[in-house]
Amino acid sequence: MAKLNLLLLAVLVACALGLVTSQHKARKLFSDLEREQVRSRDLDVEYGRLQLEASTWGLHARVEKVASGTLGMRSPDPRRVRVVPRPGAPAQ
Amino acid sequence: MTAAAAQGLVRLPVWRARVVLVAFGAAFLVLAARSLYLQALRTEFLQEKGEARYSRVLEVPATRGRILDRNGEALAVSTPVKSVWAIAGDVEADAAQRRRLAQLLALEPRELERRLADPGRDFVYLKRQIPPETAGQVQALRLRGVYQHPEYRRYYPGGEVTAHLVGFTGVDDAGQEGIELAFQATLGGKPGSRRVIKDRLGGVVEDVESIRAAQDGRDLVLSVDGKIQSLAYGALKSAVEQHRARAGAIVALDVRSGEVLALSNVPSYNPNSRARLTGAQLRNRVITDTFEPGSTLKPFTIAAALESGRVTPATLVPTAPGQLTIAGYTIHDAHPQGALSVAQVLQKSSNVGAAKLALALAPKTMWDLFKRVGFGAPPQLGFPGEAQGRLRAWRSWRPVEQATMAYGNGLSLSLIQLARAYTVFARDGELVPLSLVKTGAAASGEKVLSTETARAVRAMLELAVQPGGTGPRARIMGWRVAGKTGTARKLVDGSYAPGKYIASFVGFAPASDPRLVVAVMIDEPSAGQYYGGSVAAPVFAQVTQGALRLLGVAHDAPLEPVELPGEGEQAREST
Repeated sequence: MAKLNLLLLAVLVACALGLVTSQHKARKLFSDLEREQVRSRDLDVEYGRLQLEASTWGLHARVEKVASGTLGMRSPDPRRVRVVPRPGAPAQ
Repeated sequence: MTAAAAQGLVRLPVWRARVVLVAFGAAFLVLAARSLYLQALRTEFLQEKGEARYSRVLEVPATRGRILDRNGEALAVSTPVKSVWAIAGDVEADAAQRRRLAQLLALEPRELERRLADPGRDFVYLKRQIPPETAGQVQALRLRGVYQHPEYRRYYPGGEVTAHLVGFTGVDDAGQEGIELAFQATLGGKPGSRRVIKDRLGGVVEDVESIRAAQDGRDLVLSVDGKIQSLAYGALKSAVEQHRARAGAIVALDVRSGEVLALSNVPSYNPNSRARLTGAQLRNRVITDTFEPGSTLKPFTIAAALESGRVTPATLVPTAPGQLTIAGYTIHDAHPQGALSVAQVLQKSSNVGAAKLALALAPKTMWDLFKRVGFGAPPQLGFPGEAQGRLRAWRSWRPVEQATMAYGNGLSLSLIQLARAYTVFARDGELVPLSLVKTGAAASGEKVLSTETARAVRAMLELAVQPGGTGPRARIMGWRVAGKTGTARKLVDGSYAPGKYIASFVGFAPASDPRLVVAVMIDEPSAGQYYGGSVAAPVFAQVTQGALRLLGVAHDAPLEPVELPGEGEQAREST
């Protein structure tokens, strides 16, 4: 009887320690998760900002100004343009 | 003597043991009652109190969906910002800190003092919607009584180019104008909340439950093409400036899908900084304003006449001597002509010819056709404040009204209604439903005109932009175009104001297989020229040329430079 009790006590202690460790691990993992979520939000913010920046740099008016002003580009003479129908596109 | 007495023990009275027993029993009873009270009766309250020590409900923010053009370019994007607020009585900061705070928030130091000194309010916003970097610097000052909370701010990279179409949101992130308002339900996110356990330091240690999941708003892809939009706005703006006009509007539709490819107004505004906005800047002249269309309406009168079977494009209509008097009201032509064929009535834009054609029709026939092409009914875009225009019931038409309606006076409509009605000629008699959202597929329309009539009017409209017509300046190199000019006297307080005109042009291209309808309206050009053919048609040409190239539409005309007529050689109209 006493042997069985001792055995059960040992099991109980082991279980209790296991519970404590797993709880600790859970908390640690959870805080990692939180940190990663914050990071993902920050990256989202960054993405939004970059998107905004990209569209500001890519404003049509600005592109046109740079192309015709700085780079000296101009749209080709329509006589030198050939329109090629896309394969698979409905017939014009 | 008993044995106990013999051992020297004193026999205690029995009542003493009883007293102790009763006392212990009572104490246990009290404990049991107390525990019953706490565990069973007040348990909920106590658990709540306990949870309140460590459990918190956090809001999970949701972002508003983006608005994109048909090629995926951003037209409206939300980015997180911070708002700084304070509890005025709690703020502890010395003079140097206050100066630094005012500097970071871009406030006058005096203004900051005024806000912090406001005794009536505890909660005071110091500055709303500041960038996260600045917010970080404010945080670094570690001022007591100064707090921040996250918000979203909407940015519009397109600025004034897409202002009227996209609209804007208020400071609370809800749509106030344009698409932002029309699609609020789709775009708006629903913030969620979750219950967590926090430790002594305020860090979240465990997620208990999610009360409501946050729902981010969905992205919305518009039918608008950013490049065509930009081109249209640029062309319209320079025309309005060149002709010193009060305002202008332009809309471009895809004939096959009914999608709106461009929609623009001048004067415009910058939706990113909306201080000092005037009503004129906010007005959306394409959708929510109406005007008397003038001669751009004549094709519909002629279509009604052709549909009735009374005339063919070659039938001669006598228009001499260039005026027609009905019930004391005289209709004039700008240039009196002799007998004109029906096709020439449209080409030369003869008011007398159009009036005579209209008077040969029953009012109901004409009204039916106007109604079928969408006049007098909102275009059902889902846009806030769509105008339906004014088309009076045919029973109340007097002959003179019927005659003036033939050339677009006495009824009003919005520019987008007019552009949509022209899809009837571009699509062999089908009226296409419009869409502001990208569909990417051909739409099926409602047949409102016979194919023959639609094709006949299309041929006449092509004639109207040839030399000898009213709109030769609408022609472009490489593609055949068709269209009609309009020069309407402007109604001011119910009567036609002298010297005030609305110049317009509506047309489509390529004429052999139309892909694009473009409508242009210029309000009160006042730099000398005011005819639709000289003011609005060049804008049409510029936008159509660029748009057809961007859409990759095959040429249907020889690539020879278009010869523009001199100012005097172009036919003119008076409506």
